[in-house]
Amino acid sequence: MTTTYRTCPRSGLQFESQAEKLMIVNAVTAVVFLLIGGILAIGVVLTRWPAIHWLEADTFYQVLTAHGIDMLIFWIIFFEIAILYFCASTLLRCRIATPNVAWAAFALMLIGAVMNNVAVYQGGSSVMMTSYVPMMAAPSFYAGLILFAVGALIACFVFFGTLVIAKRDKTYQGSVPLVTFGAITAAIIAVFTITSGAIILIPTFLLSIGWISAVDPLVYRTIWWAFGHSSQQINVAAHISVWYLVAAVAFGAKPMSERVSRTAFLLYILFLQLASAHHLLADPGLSTAWKVVNTSYFMYFAVLASMIHGLTIPGAMEVAQRQKGFTKGLFEWLRKAPWSNPTFSGVFISIIGFGFLGGISGVMMGTEQLNMIIHNTIYVPGHFHATVVVGTTLTFMALTYYLIPVLFRREMILPKLAMWQPYLFGFSMYFFCLVMMGAGTLGVSRRHWDMAFNGHALAYEWPGAAYLLMALVGIAGIAAIAGGGIYILVTVGSLLLGKPLDRGVTNSTFTPIPRTAPSLAVQTTGSMGFAAPGTFMLAMVFLLAFILYYFINWKYLSTLWGLS
Amino acid sequence: MSAILPPAERLWYRHPIDRVEGTWIAIALIWCLVMFGMMVGWHVWGKQNLSTETYRTTPEKFTAKAQAMVDKYTVRTETADKIPVVAPPPGSDVYVVASLWKFWPILELEKGKTYKLHLTSMDYNHGFSLQPQNINIQVVPGFEHVITITPNQAGPVSIVCNEYCGINHHTMVGRLYVK
Repeated sequence: MTTTYRTCPRSGLQFESQAEKLMIVNAVTAVVFLLIGGILAIGVVLTRWPAIHWLEADTFYQVLTAHGIDMLIFWIIFFEIAILYFCASTLLRCRIATPNVAWAAFALMLIGAVMNNVAVYQGGSSVMMTSYVPMMAAPSFYAGLILFAVGALIACFVFFGTLVIAKRDKTYQGSVPLVTFGAITAAIIAVFTITSGAIILIPTFLLSIGWISAVDPLVYRTIWWAFGHSSQQINVAAHISVWYLVAAVAFGAKPMSERVSRTAFLLYILFLQLASAHHLLADPGLSTAWKVVNTSYFMYFAVLASMIHGLTIPGAMEVAQRQKGFTKGLFEWLRKAPWSNPTFSGVFISIIGFGFLGGISGVMMGTEQLNMIIHNTIYVPGHFHATVVVGTTLTFMALTYYLIPVLFRREMILPKLAMWQPYLFGFSMYFFCLVMMGAGTLGVSRRHWDMAFNGHALAYEWPGAAYLLMALVGIAGIAAIAGGGIYILVTVGSLLLGKPLDRGVTNSTFTPIPRTAPSLAVQTTGSMGFAAPGTFMLAMVFLLAFILYYFINWKYLSTLWGLS
Repeated sequence: MSAILPPAERLWYRHPIDRVEGTWIAIALIWCLVMFGMMVGWHVWGKQNLSTETYRTTPEKFTAKAQAMVDKYTVRTETADKIPVVAPPPGSDVYVVASLWKFWPILELEKGKTYKLHLTSMDYNHGFSLQPQNINIQVVPGFEHVITITPNQAGPVSIVCNEYCGINHHTMVGRLYVK
């Protein structure tokens, strides 16, 4: 097959024409789903804001179902497929494997996503993203998800095939770049995730059309979470890869240690999925040993990996900045960072929020006993908006700003607005997560239309603070949605109205990545000094916050009823 | 080299580790072990551990047991729906039935006394969220979950369903009393 390779004059990256089109189409589709999910978010927050209480109950549950699926599955996975193709074809400078199959994968994903959305909007499928049996949605709800999953699985194999092509054509020497390595871990986790999804959604689909008579509710929950939680681990592996990518393009930073960073990615493959057990900590029927082994012994290896990345990425930035001469004190490197570049600021806000808000709360909820004080409260969405929105979505937004001139070849419109976007979106999302976790600590339920229980004889009256916090959830949510709207405006506007930029040189063959000479430092296995003291200090602050918050929750737990 | 280029040294697993990284990994690992110890230790020394005693059940079997308790220990009824308020003796087995969209019956328990609480759902998944204590347990149909509880504060306690269970989910709220 004939194809061409374009070398971008702005970044030096080489894009193969088929891969480039696939990346563009997948990324644009992702943004369309982000837009839909964002519009739905307005309905969710304005209904949960008690003073406004906007939508009717049935509409609210319908909107909430669609919001969850469009954001957590469709927006993120379409974008991740674009990232996978980028990490294989672009970073390894090779053609994409079987482009026709990749287009078929895209078509399946799109048909599935549309089918699932239509099922939800028709009503009768307001079952939330989790769709716990025996509550049933329309058959097309499950069929849509299954088609989407099959498409995503095929796309993962296109990615693996592309790695094989790069190896065979010798477009690079030695090991793949760290970012590609991270993408490989994401794709491996994706295969596990999608297989779990298929194992449980196919029988549920058969149940919905009446071919089988029952799916065990507890088995469903166990396997569904192997899909539902692991899909968030694809995100973690993907957005951490993007963090390394942005550290590389914004600072020219190299990883502090390839060994440490890659080992941390390997820990994800081995242990992250097992963390899905923490969704079942409040369930009957699962033994204590099973819960503890999965959520502590195994999950903590994944937590360890995240704590490692959380140090090595800012650490790599610090080392690069110090080499440029920003060596004064502990934090000059950080003060002199390119804060007006939304690609950098977005990623940095994402790293801090993911660690402090998402990470600490995630470990708290993943502790067997502590889980009882937050299970199914609004604390849970507070936590996962910190991981998935501040972590993944904000990172993907930051990456988009980098890709607009490089991949889409457009000059970005409204650069001032884009400069402020990560701050508005990121910080309002920080606040949103914090107040949700606050309300959850007071017990406010998630997925609940009316916290006032209006007209109910046995109504429970939440404390005034809970109402205040839920009002703040509404305000912060609207601010975050505005931030998301600016992202859509800037990216879509740039694609449609931005000044076209030079394509760069096009060749009919690829240019292999030149071999880099090993530096002296990497030829030894010894220790190298104390290169990133500022980052280490930040890590200590993080650890202190973590320890305090963790034990405060144990203290709270100890005041509750005796349970055994 | 940069994270978007292949590492200069072929054998990435022989790269040096900076002391910042090494120290942090050691600290993080120790912290993970502390957290692991807390979870296990609380089973030995802590008083709040979720029981895992579970039996398979059917709506008929469970309702029969709950009805027997109601017949024996009802002290009064409440609300227009005449929900029985049941005061079984301390130490006994007590039952709460979760179904679309109510909890039944209302239990009246004594502070500081221990009961064996049996939970199940007649239909979908439900949530058993005790407020204001904020104790949250998943209720799964087909499974009878037996939890030993010792209330430690007097007063009315609400049971809020916090697992989405259909269109009237937000009307599913029940009560129990601790004297």
